[in-house]
Amino acid sequence: MPEVMISARELRKSFGDFEAVRGIDVEVVRGESFGFLGPNGAGKSSTMRMVAAVSPISGGELRILGRDPATDGSRIRARLGVCPQEDSLDPELSVRDNLIVYGRYFGMTRPAVRARADELLDFAQLTDKANARVEDLSGGMKRRLTIARSLINEPDLLLLDEPTTGLDPQARHVLWDKLFRLKQQGVTLVLTTHYMDEAEQLCDRLVVMDKGRIVAEGSPAALIRAHSTREVVELRFGVGEHEALADALADLADRVEVLPDRLLLYTDDGEAASVAVHDRGLQPVGMLTRRSTLEDVFLRLTGRSLVD
Amino acid sequence: MTSLPLTARLFDYWVTVYRRTWRGTVINSFLTPLLYVVAMGVLLGGFVKADPSHLEGAGSYLQFVVPGLLAGQSMQLAFGETTYPVMGAVKWHKTYYGMLATPLRVADIALAHLSFAVVRIASSAAVFVLVMAPFGAWSSVPGAIGVFLIQLLVGLAFAAPVYAYAATLKDEGGFTVIFRLLMMPLFLFSGAFFPLGNLPPVLEWVARLTPLWQGVDLTRMCALGTWSWPAALAHVVYLGVCAVGGTWLGIRALERRLVR
Ligand SMILES: Nc1ncnc2c1ncn2[C@@H]1O[C@H](COP(=O)(O)OP(=O)(O)OP(=O)(O)O)[C@@H](O)[C@H]1O
Ligand SMILES: [Mg+2]
Repeated sequence: MPEVMISARELRKSFGDFEAVRGIDVEVVRGESFGFLGPNGAGKSSTMRMVAAVSPISGGELRILGRDPATDGSRIRARLGVCPQEDSLDPELSVRDNLIVYGRYFGMTRPAVRARADELLDFAQLTDKANARVEDLSGGMKRRLTIARSLINEPDLLLLDEPTTGLDPQARHVLWDKLFRLKQQGVTLVLTTHYMDEAEQLCDRLVVMDKGRIVAEGSPAALIRAHSTREVVELRFGVGEHEALADALADLADRVEVLPDRLLLYTDDGEAASVAVHDRGLQPVGMLTRRSTLEDVFLRLTGRSLVD
Repeated sequence: MTSLPLTARLFDYWVTVYRRTWRGTVINSFLTPLLYVVAMGVLLGGFVKADPSHLEGAGSYLQFVVPGLLAGQSMQLAFGETTYPVMGAVKWHKTYYGMLATPLRVADIALAHLSFAVVRIASSAAVFVLVMAPFGAWSSVPGAIGVFLIQLLVGLAFAAPVYAYAATLKDEGGFTVIFRLLMMPLFLFSGAFFPLGNLPPVLEWVARLTPLWQGVDLTRMCALGTWSWPAALAHVVYLGVCAVGGTWLGIRALERRLVR
């Protein structure tokens, strides 16, 4: 039996009258990498803060590393690494000092924390910025420092709330590579993201959240299989034409989705559908056949795009 | 895990903050008393030829005003350390949230910050006491040491309640209110600059009830060697209640603010 790192049952979070998390069940085992995918306001960060043992739960049951966060918060947090959605670095201290003081919060000795800080500066490619003040860093550098900081105590469970938001594509790929290595070392990863490619790259298993509820769960491939077709044909016509054309094309695909700027034909054979579109004498401005992604799963399940 | 070692884990953080800023603070705490003593003690004091019996036992206006200035400085520093820095740590930089994601708890964070405020106030008080010594402000060496120690209590008595207030504020507008409506009137009318007996009887009693008067009188008695135990004890209890009650309120306020 693998060790259960997080177990949530009917987990809820309310802020006054508003319910941000409306009864979710989640189980994450050691070594797994698990994702929460969802649009703005879905309740991802609210869930992450409860799991980080900093936000009290409003209902249900939650165990982290086998302990109850209500009574054992400090001991749980000692074994977690947390990268919050909003940076909480001290802008007036240097990059290195931010790492060093943070390690001290975990009770690390000064020599240990100094050595670890050097490793992490290298990890985050910030060695030549070690003595710069944090307020002089770019947004992406701050993000990398925040992630490095979350690793200072060599955590068993790493919680990353939108780790790569604000990073350029190259930095994002570098980070994915690093996170993948951590995962191979046995670190359990839990992350939230808006980016389906990130979820596909990093998550063994994920849940799609919407309005405080889990609307689907599984591996990226299984979710695509269950909730979408193999291929998608994207068609662009003139502004305002999409709605009217949807009906005309309905019989060419399993399902047609109308977006403001394009039509999506869901079908297992994209090639055949594309040919059929032309056979009907239609001249789309743009046409593209691609594989289904989590974005399509999301659209199907919630009726909305992931990034809005 | 007990609370003490956890609070102590914030030591390096505050040392790092202090190392970054101490130069400015030292220059400030060196210049402020000098400027005050020249303006108030020497220049203004030159006009004040009051009978020493009207100056609460001080031999000159300078001796009278210096302890009041010191207590007033401790109060002002307490306000400074527990207003904008607290807003910054909660709202602007969110450094408190970073701390809270570690084994530290809210009480550790609040206690460490208040300790830092007291250390800041203490270091300025130490400079003040040394700078004033050549002007004959202290009646004896033990008196000077006592004056210094009293500032720790005065400092915390203001720092803790102001911290509690700051932790509840959503934006910094509320600071201007307490600076103008609380700190400045206290500084001017709590007996730092003139004997309270000069006030009309009703106002005199109001002034005697203010927290700064407790600190001013305690500091002055110690500085001049006019110590009276009953009065001193009353002041210490009053300031102690502010310090302990304020700390308790501060932890509670921060808990409500951060843990949601
Ligand atoms: N402290 C709070 N007080 C009141 N409402 C809150 C608080 N924190 C979050 N909410 C509300 O809870 C809902 C869920 O917020 P949450 O931050 O968990 O969403 P999210 O999925 O992380 O969104 P995003 O992708 O934008 O980060 C939102 O409607 C938000 O306004
Ligand atoms: Mg969020």
